[in-house]
Amino acid sequence: MELFKYTVHALHDMLIKKEVSAVELAKAVFARTDAVEPKIHSYITETREQALAQAAAVDAKIARGERIASLAGIPGALKDNICTKGVKTTCASKILANFVPPYDATVVDKLAAQDAVITGKANCDEFAMGGSTENSGFFVTRNPWDTDRVPGGSSGGSASSVAAGQAIWALGSDTGGSIRQPAAYCGLVGLKPTYGRVSRYGLVAYASSLDQIGPITRDVTDCAIVLNAIAGHDAKDSTSINAPVPDYTQALVNDVKGLKIGLPKEYFGAGIQPEVADAIKQAVNRFSAMGAEVREVSLPHTQYALPAYYLIAPAEASSNLARYDGVGFGHRAAGSDIIDMYKKTRSEGFGDEVKRRIMLGTYALSSGYYDAYYLKALKVRTLVKQDFDQAFAEVDVLITPTAPTTAFKIGELSDPLAMYLQDICTIPINLAGLPGVSLPCGFAHGLPVGMQIIGKPLAEATIIQAAYAFEQANDYHTRFAPLGEV
Amino acid sequence: MKITRQDVENVALLSRLEMTPAELDSYAVQLNAILEYAEVLNKLDTTGVEPTAHVLPLKNVMRPDAVKPSLSRELALANAPEAEDGYFKVPKIMEG
Repeated sequence: MELFKYTVHALHDMLIKKEVSAVELAKAVFARTDAVEPKIHSYITETREQALAQAAAVDAKIARGERIASLAGIPGALKDNICTKGVKTTCASKILANFVPPYDATVVDKLAAQDAVITGKANCDEFAMGGSTENSGFFVTRNPWDTDRVPGGSSGGSASSVAAGQAIWALGSDTGGSIRQPAAYCGLVGLKPTYGRVSRYGLVAYASSLDQIGPITRDVTDCAIVLNAIAGHDAKDSTSINAPVPDYTQALVNDVKGLKIGLPKEYFGAGIQPEVADAIKQAVNRFSAMGAEVREVSLPHTQYALPAYYLIAPAEASSNLARYDGVGFGHRAAGSDIIDMYKKTRSEGFGDEVKRRIMLGTYALSSGYYDAYYLKALKVRTLVKQDFDQAFAEVDVLITPTAPTTAFKIGELSDPLAMYLQDICTIPINLAGLPGVSLPCGFAHGLPVGMQIIGKPLAEATIIQAAYAFEQANDYHTRFAPLGEV
Repeated sequence: MKITRQDVENVALLSRLEMTPAELDSYAVQLNAILEYAEVLNKLDTTGVEPTAHVLPLKNVMRPDAVKPSLSRELALANAPEAEDGYFKVPKIMEG
């Protein structure tokens, strides 16, 4: 089997047994990228020279007989909204097309401490706003399972890079489902940690109270390994949780006996593709057969979560994106005076979806509408969170579809509202700050179906254990996208 | 609440976005559709419900008031679209 098809944990074993070198591995991944990038378009920026230097340093450590970390020498991609010192970070936006951060995000520092090899910066929806990667300011990324379809979004480049063998693992960011939904569409494992579990320092802000960085990987073991590398308190992020971080690989236990699983009835109603609902129900039956206790629960405010999100997130975005004014960094357009310069700069630099959300957020926060829209949405957020609190008084985890459908065709959802509905299963989890993992649980018409397992705050280990047990009972994670067979 | 073209024009000004007449019309339609969808929230009685701006119990985080290295002027200006004599350069703000 080609090296680019292996998992992080398999490659780690091969590195320490000296069956392969880190440089050979990096070159194998680059060769794979050469072969498929023209069809997939995963990367905005590749960092091959730097990656080869990182790989050579790992080989030198191995040659000296030093112990190496689990991610050492393993190539991975970063979503292009994670700051990298000296390497362009564009957020897939023309307004940041030439922005080179003077510092690394905390997750990048943590990956460097592990001697991970970074292959480059992956395409995404502009400023992480979207669910298809069609909103990138540069180009559309394609799904390795069917190149006429989207890879999901906003972390579509991160997901496609792993599914197509252009990286072994990747980091994405998730504000309303942007890790889990592309993981589902690309047949991968994607985990959004509890809000505050992973530092957001150096993650370019979209909606600060919702954004969270997390891993996209081929299997649950790799997910635990990458989460181990990036989780933990960070004094540079005032919203970082200061709590002990367990070793998530200890949760890779094939046992769900007695695990109480809740199925929220509101997630299986209208709008869910029947094949998706069937795949989830079969997966749940598998959990029952493995000894888990399954019961139906209700999250009565679910229908209000999506409209609340689409007021809260744009409101925060309109504030966060006020900094793109053409003065300190980024694109600048000529203007007759400073206001004219601001307006022309932002109009040229931002794409349609970003403008739409800035406009919506500015409206929701403006005098006379603040109470009716923004404050109302924040109150609804309280009710959504209370629903989860009550459900978790009864069960250990919740299981839902990750997305209502499998990957849709490029251009199929041109109406913004129709696109927003694709996030209906993931958004409530961000509003409540909970951890959620998506993993493949079946196929419909040749496309992967994702199952979402949701946990209590800081219960990443529980959802990883449940996901691992399911994975061990199936082989969905071992299947490669058709492009992987080219 | 129906958003008018003039509302969109006002929000565009507040957002510092320049819009063509066609864009103003298009955004008016789209924002109305989204806000109409959000009207469902008004069916919910939220009397007495506290708003949740943030899921964590946030408090101010302080660090020791110690001198630490900062970015050099060159690095701080490295991404500036226009700089002059060690400063960010912008079009004039004041008249006269």
